Amino acid sequence: MSGQLLSANHAAAIGAALAGRANRTGRGFVSGVYPITPSTECMELLCNQEIEKGHVVRVESEHSAMAVCIGGAAGGARTFTTSSSNGLAFMAENVVAAALLRLPVVMVAANRTLGPPWNIWADHGDTLMLRDTGWIQMYCADNQEVLDTVLCAFRLAEDRRILLPALVCQEAFVLSHTMARTHVPTQDEVDRFLPPLDLPGRLVGTARIVGGLTVPQTTEVHRAQHHQAMGRFFEVYREVQDAFEAVFGRRPADPVVPYRADDADVLVVSMGTIGSTVERAVDVAREKGIRLGALRVRTFRPFPAELLAAAFRGRPRIAVIDRNVSLGFGGVLWGEARGLADPGAVVQGYMIGIGGGDVRPEHVLALAEDVASRQAAGAPVLMEAGA
Amino acid sequence: MSESVLATLEGTGGPAEPLLRPGNGNCGGCGMSTALQFLGRAREARSIELVIPASCAAVAVGPFPYSALGVPTILTTFGSAAAVATGLSHAARLNGEGTRVVCWAGDGGTYDIGMASLSGAAERNEDILYVCYDNEIYGNTGGQRSSATPHGAATSNTLRGKVEQKKDILGIMAAHRIPYAASVSLAHPEDAIRKMRRALDMKGFRFLHVLAPCPTGWKSEPALGIELVRLAVRSGLFPVVEVIDGRRTTINVEPDFAEEALELYLSLQRRFQKSEIDAAALRPAIDRHWRDLRARSGRIVPADREG
Repeated sequence: MSGQLLSANHAAAIGAALAGRANRTGRGFVSGVYPITPSTECMELLCNQEIEKGHVVRVESEHSAMAVCIGGAAGGARTFTTSSSNGLAFMAENVVAAALLRLPVVMVAANRTLGPPWNIWADHGDTLMLRDTGWIQMYCADNQEVLDTVLCAFRLAEDRRILLPALVCQEAFVLSHTMARTHVPTQDEVDRFLPPLDLPGRLVGTARIVGGLTVPQTTEVHRAQHHQAMGRFFEVYREVQDAFEAVFGRRPADPVVPYRADDADVLVVSMGTIGSTVERAVDVAREKGIRLGALRVRTFRPFPAELLAAAFRGRPRIAVIDRNVSLGFGGVLWGEARGLADPGAVVQGYMIGIGGGDVRPEHVLALAEDVASRQAAGAPVLMEAGA
Repeated sequence: MSESVLATLEGTGGPAEPLLRPGNGNCGGCGMSTALQFLGRAREARSIELVIPASCAAVAVGPFPYSALGVPTILTTFGSAAAVATGLSHAARLNGEGTRVVCWAGDGGTYDIGMASLSGAAERNEDILYVCYDNEIYGNTGGQRSSATPHGAATSNTLRGKVEQKKDILGIMAAHRIPYAASVSLAHPEDAIRKMRRALDMKGFRFLHVLAPCPTGWKSEPALGIELVRLAVRSGLFPVVEVIDGRRTTINVEPDFAEEALELYLSLQRRFQKSEIDAAALRPAIDRHWRDLRARSGRIVPADREG
């Protein structure tokens, strides 16, 4: 396999730069960036790229980084930023604004534990905090997927049937700083895949208002339209997969990625890089004759409820792994997925890898054994992975 | 709302379009309305885009999809005007458009919550004209103190009058060494429109500070707004100056520092009455500020008193 050795941060930056240049025949590329561990190297590399008809603005905060993207997008430019953890928390107000203004900003998040106390390691709690902000959210399992998902994210976000911002998630250090062989497409290929952005209603010339005051009945219509746009995601995504495959010769993964799931007695559901670990555990279990299977949730917003329900059908025992804790509740993915299984199926939640604990195949085998022994689901289990 | 209805609501944004249209929601006597009319007069054929953070100006625009403003306008989160304007300005520049991106923000969105993004955009010397219409109060939320509220003024959360001094916003912006920073008096329209035109036609970060009477917050007669500004200028309370590159300071209007002007300014606004602040209490701070201004302008003696 050909390719370059790249960290996911660099893969994301290269993807953003390729997408930025692809809009040189459109209204260009505008990015506002601010450093935070572990997403810094993405913004650093982006700042050092030559982007024809593109400006990367080094702003004074994450809040302003997203604001620059909002302004750039309102002016019809392709826009991108990256952040992490408390940076996303500080940015949150404008994260909401970008979505509610229906601006197709693309952001890469390096998932990091929220502090204090300060912890730079992987945890999905930061982007899950932004669950209800109206952004598309996709979680990646390897560096190639990060680069490919960034390119897909621009095409999805900018599709007139969608027009929503998109968040591409990759875990701190597990991906952000880990080098892996990554195929980098040519500019010509990306130009063929990503048409120039033609944003309807952009703020150029016409005396229109963007973000004007609304009353309940207008807001109801806006939310309904936003929700419907989310609903069109899966149909549009299939087209994007086809187009991507036609240009690049490989197919981006489905919104829910099954692994040896069809005949599984126990199904393990997860997001992000833990999905790769689970697949390894599945192979180990299968060698021992245990029928373990896996589902990796790649698209978290919109939530792939129908796809999950179909994959859960006939599966009696399901373990859901969360690298996050919704404090006072349990894992966020478990909370959303548990209602989709067959009546009487056991859906047990496990929170593991919190604060960056290293989740290994033996942890997955242990929790698979635990769910296999249960007659009924209990309270979500917080497992220690440790360093 | 059908496309045809939307089309009739949208103007061309061209110079024939008034900047502030009828049907806006501003109070009678609103200084910000007057300032917008000044900007509309100053812009002539120039194409501009407005960036408005949460403020009275945002509310004045009216409900979606209507707009009381005759130019492309984006309403932003409270602290983001200068950063959103940065993005818009880059998009315009990348496409070779001569559009002037103008932030139109109140004192809360400038002195307080917007200070970080304002300072950042000024430091980067973004190609933005930032206008702060300063009514010295959080007007939109019902009149709370801001860091622009003057010493002695009562607000809904400083009932006995604010204890602290007003920030020197022009000094803060000039310290960023931006190409142009000026204060604008609505009682001196020729000077005001000259400054607005100059600021519209310059490149880089330009900052205008407009004292905008707020009859609702100042508890003053709506018809007296312009007179109040004139008194603030005469008394020395509101210096009318311009600063080029943070270095060359010019005093544009020489006050007579009349005690009567300061007393009238205070007595015509009920916001100063609960604290019983008087001219004598304010005078030392005014004198101190003017000593600094004179030193910075290089004119220790006022121009009209030279031999």
